[in-house]
Amino acid sequence: MMKQDIARWSVAVLATVVVASSAWAAIPIEHWTQAGGARVYLVQSRSLPMVDVQIDFDAGSRRDPADKAGLANVTAGMASRGVRASTAGPALDENGLGEAWADLGASFGASASSDRMGFSLRSLTDPVLLPRVIALAARQLGEPSFPAEIWQREREQIVASIRESNTRPATVANQAFAASVYGDHPYGARPTEISLAGIGVDDMSALYQRAIRACRAKVSIVGDVSREQADALVNGLFARLGAQAGGVACAPLPPVPEVALLTQPVATQSIPFDSAQAHVLIGQPGIRRNDPDFLALTVGNYVLGGGGFVSRLYAEVREKRGLSYSVYSYFSPGLHAGAFSVGLQTRPDQAAQAIAVVREIVARFVQEGPSEQEMQAAKSNLIGGFALRLDSNRKLLDNVANIAWNDLPLDYLDTWTAAVDRLTVADVKAAFGRVLRPQAMVTVVVGARDKAP
Amino acid sequence: MKRFLTCLWLLASLGSWAQTPPSISRFTLDNGMEVIVKPERRAPTAVHMVWVRVGSMDEVDGTSGVAHVLEHMLFKGTPSLAPGEFSRRVAALGGRENAFTARDYTGYYQQIPSDRLREVMQIEADRFANNQWPDAEFTREIEVVKEERRLRTDDNPRARLYETLNAVTFVASPYRRPIVGWMNDLDAMTADDVRAFYRRWYVPANAVVVIAGDVDPLQVRQWAQQTYGAIPSGAVPQRKPRLEPRQSGMRRVELKAPAEQAYTVLAFKVPGLGAAALRGGDIPEEARDALALTVLSAVLDGYRGARLERALTQGPARVADSAGASYGLWGRGPRLFTLDGVPAKGRTTSEVEAVLREQVARVARDGVSAQELARVKTQWVASEVYKLDSLFSQARVLGSHWALELPLDASERLVALLRDVTAKQVQAVAARYFGDDQLTVAVLLPQPPDASRKPRPAAGALRH
Repeated sequence: MMKQDIARWSVAVLATVVVASSAWAAIPIEHWTQAGGARVYLVQSRSLPMVDVQIDFDAGSRRDPADKAGLANVTAGMASRGVRASTAGPALDENGLGEAWADLGASFGASASSDRMGFSLRSLTDPVLLPRVIALAARQLGEPSFPAEIWQREREQIVASIRESNTRPATVANQAFAASVYGDHPYGARPTEISLAGIGVDDMSALYQRAIRACRAKVSIVGDVSREQADALVNGLFARLGAQAGGVACAPLPPVPEVALLTQPVATQSIPFDSAQAHVLIGQPGIRRNDPDFLALTVGNYVLGGGGFVSRLYAEVREKRGLSYSVYSYFSPGLHAGAFSVGLQTRPDQAAQAIAVVREIVARFVQEGPSEQEMQAAKSNLIGGFALRLDSNRKLLDNVANIAWNDLPLDYLDTWTAAVDRLTVADVKAAFGRVLRPQAMVTVVVGARDKAP
Repeated sequence: MKRFLTCLWLLASLGSWAQTPPSISRFTLDNGMEVIVKPERRAPTAVHMVWVRVGSMDEVDGTSGVAHVLEHMLFKGTPSLAPGEFSRRVAALGGRENAFTARDYTGYYQQIPSDRLREVMQIEADRFANNQWPDAEFTREIEVVKEERRLRTDDNPRARLYETLNAVTFVASPYRRPIVGWMNDLDAMTADDVRAFYRRWYVPANAVVVIAGDVDPLQVRQWAQQTYGAIPSGAVPQRKPRLEPRQSGMRRVELKAPAEQAYTVLAFKVPGLGAAALRGGDIPEEARDALALTVLSAVLDGYRGARLERALTQGPARVADSAGASYGLWGRGPRLFTLDGVPAKGRTTSEVEAVLREQVARVARDGVSAQELARVKTQWVASEVYKLDSLFSQARVLGSHWALELPLDASERLVALLRDVTAKQVQAVAARYFGDDQLTVAVLLPQPPDASRKPRPAAGALRH
């Protein structure tokens, strides 16, 4: 039934989440490093009999070899397609694993983003149930079988879905935008039929051997467990990874190059496409997550195009001109300078008008910064709504994992509202002026037409 | 076998926990508006929602989409709030907000720090009662809605297929029209169409306020009386039943659209679960069937490695890249049980259709195993706990139960009822409801993009 619902607006929500890191009140984060090297971050949340665990590794797609784009993603996907026989039990195929998780009323899965490969566990904390959940998760984490015939099938299905998605204007726009913004940097790479053809299950095993080790793990836990239980839980999860030599001493992984800045004007890429809407993306490389102006840019972007129904882009493009249902801007800070992006979709004959409006708004914002009034409104929302970032275990987990992954101080959340409050119009203006170069932004427009259809 | 035992044990041990009655207050204001409050003190936040028992199914031909357009216009002001001011106020309170329109209902919500609850109650009551805007606001916003339709439907072949499927599956039921509206109806819509729909349906006795979070029910009651309670009462319009006549014969429909993959959906008309079944006492036969259909849907497609995935998407002779089953047992209108699939390379939608139907026939022939039955019940029991993690989803469940005139604890009761469903009942519904006569099949026929507008990479741009 909810499938049928029409949310009034959705993309800007995503945009806000991407840029805003997060926070909560005085909820203590317990942190320790295990003998095996795993760094553990725990928030005890005792009101519901459940626990969420997130395990992150430096094994995201930024480390994919140039000719094997998609390796991290497919490795994460294949990690749930079977476990091999071991002293812990007989082999389980993909269906056996699926049934086992359903029987436990729990879920465990992996996914990869540009920076991380992450494993997520959600389970009830019943004392009879939880040990079985941990034992199964440990096998899946430590003993994936990567069956070649299943990979063959998965690859065919992924290729088919890539071809399908290439018939959509949004995909074409995103690919052209990523290629132009990131150049040869792996942040801009996308899996293709050719890159997938070059990936074998041995590549997955090798990546796994190298990266999925306790000594490289950041483990975030939120739920109804004590510190002792959490420590035992993490030991249990890594029990099937433990045989590797080296122990705590993981050799550092090789560095990944930085994203090259765009400094010269780039011609607008107009890609013909037969669609009901033109898709527009405008942007350039933005910031790394450890940029000192991260917070100033977060607050500024709220004003520019991140703040729900009250941003400048929303007011000018949607409210005043009715040009687009969705219009947004966001930063995607990561270990490297992820893109600053502005996006919208509009009737093909209105694309040129919408692009002109957006460019004007972005250029003026970079030049002048927010008004005092806008700055106050942004602070009211971000500071006043601080508790909304932490009011479920799921949200808490995202926050803890953010602190863990980015090596933020454990009191990051406790100091967050004060740090936002200290920011001034001048700080935001200076940050935008330093980071964004409106004259050197990439513009991609797919499916524009000069005349009305 | 060990897993099966774990599973049964889990079902037994979790039952008591999940059935702990939640402390929910429910009361009716003098003007007929209802208020539901669920205190939940894990964090200093609250969710505030207004649900109106009106959706696209209450529209008539020629003004399809008006319920959703009205939802957009509720953000355009009152005599005391300028257009867009509502959103600026909510933002200033630290809040997040949105709204949604479905076939059966329309909802508005704000997530806020709980100490700002009174202020959102004031402005939400104001716009519920006094929504007002100049024609120029409508003229701009209707263009936004058209862009929304282009984004969600016109450029989305599978969404267009579902739109087409509904238009053919239903003849008399208003479920045949898309929620967003036909484009031509949006083109022809007037500001007064929207105002008339608002005046007719936005009356206090046709709405509920749902509040969940760190709040005091007694205090909320007082504020509700001061805000929502001050709205003049009005008569809830009579609703015409517009029941769907019994279908007697298979229907087929095809849609050509630019795509790479074909796709097919099979929609079978089936009964739903009325409120009566949840109020204790005898359960009507159709309601029993609705429960068994819910189990059937989960056995077919409720977990990784369930029957459809195994039969259609695995092995050297696989016919599909994906396959699914879906059934929603609650709604104001007629219910469908759908099967769907994307053919694998070199396979056809006819083959997918045949194997999907064969999987249901297999259940009708051989039944389901005790393990499967226990497994899907375990998942429901566990998910009742997980659902409590989100304040928003708790409020949403209460609002939708109210909108569909179900008891507020309908979900808990449903889980209890589902535990009693037997393998034999599942087998019986698989045999009863999946013949040809109540079936509509929709097929997406992928077309290459218009040759004259074939996408071509700009030189030096598409590097990957």
